[in-house]
Formats: sequence, C-alpha cells, structure tokens
Amino acid sequence: MPEFTKPIPAITPEMREFFDGARAGRLMVQKCDDCGRLRFPAHELCSHCNSTASRWVPVSGRGEIFSFNIMHQVYHPGFAGQVPYAVVVVELEEGCKFVSNLLGVKPHDIKCGMPVEVTFEKLSDEVSMPKFRLRAAK
Amino acid sequence: MSLRAKCAIAGLGQTRMGKNFDHPGPIGFAAEAVNLALDDAGLKRADLDGLLVNPGITWLNNPMASSSLQHAMGLGDLRLTATMNLGGATGAAMIMHAAQAIDAGMAEVVACVFADAPLRPPSPNKGDGGGSAAFYGFAQGLDAHYGLFGVNAQYAFVAQRHMHCYGTTNDHLGAVAVSERKWANLNPAAQFYDTPMSIADYHASRWVVEPFHLYDCCLVSNGGLAVIVTSAERAKNLKRPPVYILGMGQGHPGRDPLETLLSGAPIAKDTAFKMAGIKVADVNFCELYDCYTFTVLVTLEDYGFCKKGEGGPFVAGGAIGPGGSLPVNTGGGQLSSFYMWGMTPVGEAIVQMRGDGGRRQVAKHDVGLVSGNGGILATHSTLVLGSQP
Repeated sequence: MPEFTKPIPAITPEMREFFDGARAGRLMVQKCDDCGRLRFPAHELCSHCNSTASRWVPVSGRGEIFSFNIMHQVYHPGFAGQVPYAVVVVELEEGCKFVSNLLGVKPHDIKCGMPVEVTFEKLSDEVSMPKFRLRAAK
Repeated sequence: MSLRAKCAIAGLGQTRMGKNFDHPGPIGFAAEAVNLALDDAGLKRADLDGLLVNPGITWLNNPMASSSLQHAMGLGDLRLTATMNLGGATGAAMIMHAAQAIDAGMAEVVACVFADAPLRPPSPNKGDGGGSAAFYGFAQGLDAHYGLFGVNAQYAFVAQRHMHCYGTTNDHLGAVAVSERKWANLNPAAQFYDTPMSIADYHASRWVVEPFHLYDCCLVSNGGLAVIVTSAERAKNLKRPPVYILGMGQGHPGRDPLETLLSGAPIAKDTAFKMAGIKVADVNFCELYDCYTFTVLVTLEDYGFCKKGEGGPFVAGGAIGPGGSLPVNTGGGQLSSFYMWGMTPVGEAIVQMRGDGGRRQVAKHDVGLVSGNGGILATHSTLVLGSQP
C-alpha cells in the first residue's frame, strides 16, 4: 500500500521567490511597486492601483488568527488520518492574509484573534511551507 | 426608463427532484423542464424565440450549452440565446436578461432553465461528483497542502468570522435549518417532505466543515427547473395568472467577503427596490438563496430585515418559519427541498404568488422577494415579483 502524503505545491515561476524565501526561513509576499500594498498569493496586478510592477518582500510572519474552519471530510487521501483538522486564515501584521495551519493547538481550542507567528516545515529539499504557531501576545 | 411590470413570468416547469437516477441526463432534465413550463403557460415549443441556459456542474464543460439544448429540443429560429453563469445568482439573472431583451423587442417568449444531474446511485448521499470535492476542487498548490478544499470550507471561514464579530452561534444557524425544514414538511415536492427535524437533530447531525453541520448545507439534486418570461401584455392572455416582474437588480461587490461579511444584496436591492417602488416593509415573503444556512442569515441582514450582525437572533426568534412574521424559503429551500442553484427560490416564489402553495401557502403574497447568490458572496441578484402590475 502506498502511503499517501499531503499534496506538495509545485514551484511555479510566479511563486518562485516565495519558495526561495520559505526555504531560507523567510515569509515572502508580493509588494506593489507603485502603491506599496501587499498581496498574496501571486497576482498579475495590484487590485488597488492595477499596476503590474511588483517585487517580493519579506514580512514579519507575525499576525493573528482572522478566521478558521475545521475540516471533517477527506478530500485527499493525504488527510485521511488527520480529520478533523483545522485550516486557519492568518492576518499578518503588515495587513496581508495567509491561509495556513496552526501547529500545536487542537482544532477546537483555536479562536479568532489568537496571536501567531510563522514557522517553516520542510517537505523536501526544494519546498518548505510556512505554518503558524502561537506566540505570546504583545 | 423603467422595466417595472413590463414583463411577467407566465410558466413554471419543474421535474422530479433529488435522488432520481433513471433519467437521460442534464439536457433531458432541461428539455423536460422547458416543456413543462410551456404546458403550464399554455404555449408550444414553436412559440419560443429565446432560450437562456444555466448549466449545472454536470454539463459545465459544454461552453455552448444553450445551443446544445436548442438542437436537442429542435427549437428553430431563436432570436435570443446564451449560456449564462453567475453561479447561484444566475437563475434570477437569466430572468433579468430575458426581460431586458423582451422590452427591447429582441425576443417575445424566453425560456430560462437550469438543470443538473450530479447524483449517481452508488453513494447518492455524498453528492458523488456533484458535491464540492470533485467540481470545486480548485485548491491547487498551497491551499491543497494546507487541506483547504471546496466551497464549504470557504463559506465556513466567513461564517466563523461572523460568529467572532457578532456572536452568531450554531443555534442561530440551526434555526434557519429547522425553519426551512418546517416548510419542507408541507411541500410534497421537497426531498424532506414530512420529515421533521428538531434543533437537537440539527446539532446531532455530522459535521461537514465546522461551523457547518450536514444540515447547514444545501441538497445536491438531480432535476431541472424552467420558467417562461414574456411581456406583461402577452402574459395576461395565457393560461395562468402572470407573475409580474416589478423590480430587478444585481450586485457584485468584488471585495473580500471575509473582510466585509457582506453579500452583494445591498447593491442589488438598491436597483431592484427602486425600480419596483417598494421598501423592505412591503415584502410579504422571501425566497432567498440558501447554499448554506449562513447565507440566509447574512442575506436577511443585507436586505435590512434586521440590523447587520443581528441575523442570528432574528432567525432564532422564529420569524422566518411557518407562522412567523417574515416567511422565508417557504418550500423548504435548497437546504430541505432541492438545490437547483438560484432557480429553487424563483420557482417557489411563483408557486406562492399564484396561491398554489397548498398547506404551505402564505396568507399575504402580493409582493415577493427572490435572491440569488454565487461564488463566496461574490455575485448577487434580486427580483421583486408582484401578483399585480
């Protein structure tokens, strides 16, 4: 029996700098060259000023839980042994939202507003994925 | 320039709904629904000169579904056709498009139809291809790694945020499910006809994705539903009483619903209510898009039936069930009756407006509100229907 693992994202050209950053332990988001607003994941244009000029910049990786859900159905065999598990939306201090998982907290103990910080889980030599864990509130 | 009462709905056709597996597929359902709607109106296929189609998930891979249906039904010399998709806002949006075309002299009798056949026998309870996992499996890459799949999960984020901001609870969501079930118990066409459900049953039902229980989610269904739109003048001389289109509007906010907790209803309502010349207090009953219990709650807030954030207490007070002050989803809705995307609310509004509701007929039914909603609160459509012009 093959052991199914969670899907590993492909490194696409537009997301290359995100993955390069994650491998080096930095959370990267896209920043508009014209108005300076942040966005994630990669988009062709800034939805505020419609500029197509952008660069990737590191962010603090600190934020709080904006929302979450608890998944009870298995949509991919890699999650079969894991349900129920939570998916969280983190709002980063810099104002950008990020879908991820919260480590070290049971799904039913998660609450909106919890302070979190990024950590990285190495999946392969190429791919590390940002995950979050609790941090002490300021 | 207003389209107020220029056009009317003259025919309604509805096939068997739900776990019916002995059928010729979605195009068969669509054709059956259109023919039933024509019969209902007292019209023939040759009278049609317009055909608008919202294909369900089982024929979405056909980008020219309306042409396919035209050929399959042998409809010649149409003057108007289109395959439309605004997700769950499409049902009402097709009727708007039909009314505009009729008013502009570009068509006279237009059929608007939705049909779908995602359920298959082996595991019918799971939606089996029609559920969100297969079709809505858009979570490529990052989202898939984190385990985020499907529309249920996206709506769950919004519902959870609403709970955080406004104190909404599962008792509130459950009140929507229980109210709609009470209506379904009175509707012989509903999948949950004569099948009561208490709030305890709601809480006991399995989780799909928290905060959604099974009974927070709509019923994936096989079937087809069609309506015939024509001019108010022509509708007056047909078989059934015209259901006048008093107002119509769309609203597509284009903002992050997680941030705003708003649907497109405020925008769509503004256009539709102005055209109809009505206020919220004039609405006798509502048929609201209910992909989830949560959607009903938010929609009630966004139309102004209660204040923003107070949808939970509003529905928990029994307002929307049988005997309540504001009857909502009087056929059982998409949660307890059947899910024809936005056409379920359209069909039930016509039933009520004509006084055909039997045991579930609401006493006052001069002005009805119909809403459609698609995407993650991304698209919205409003129809204000009237029994009088």
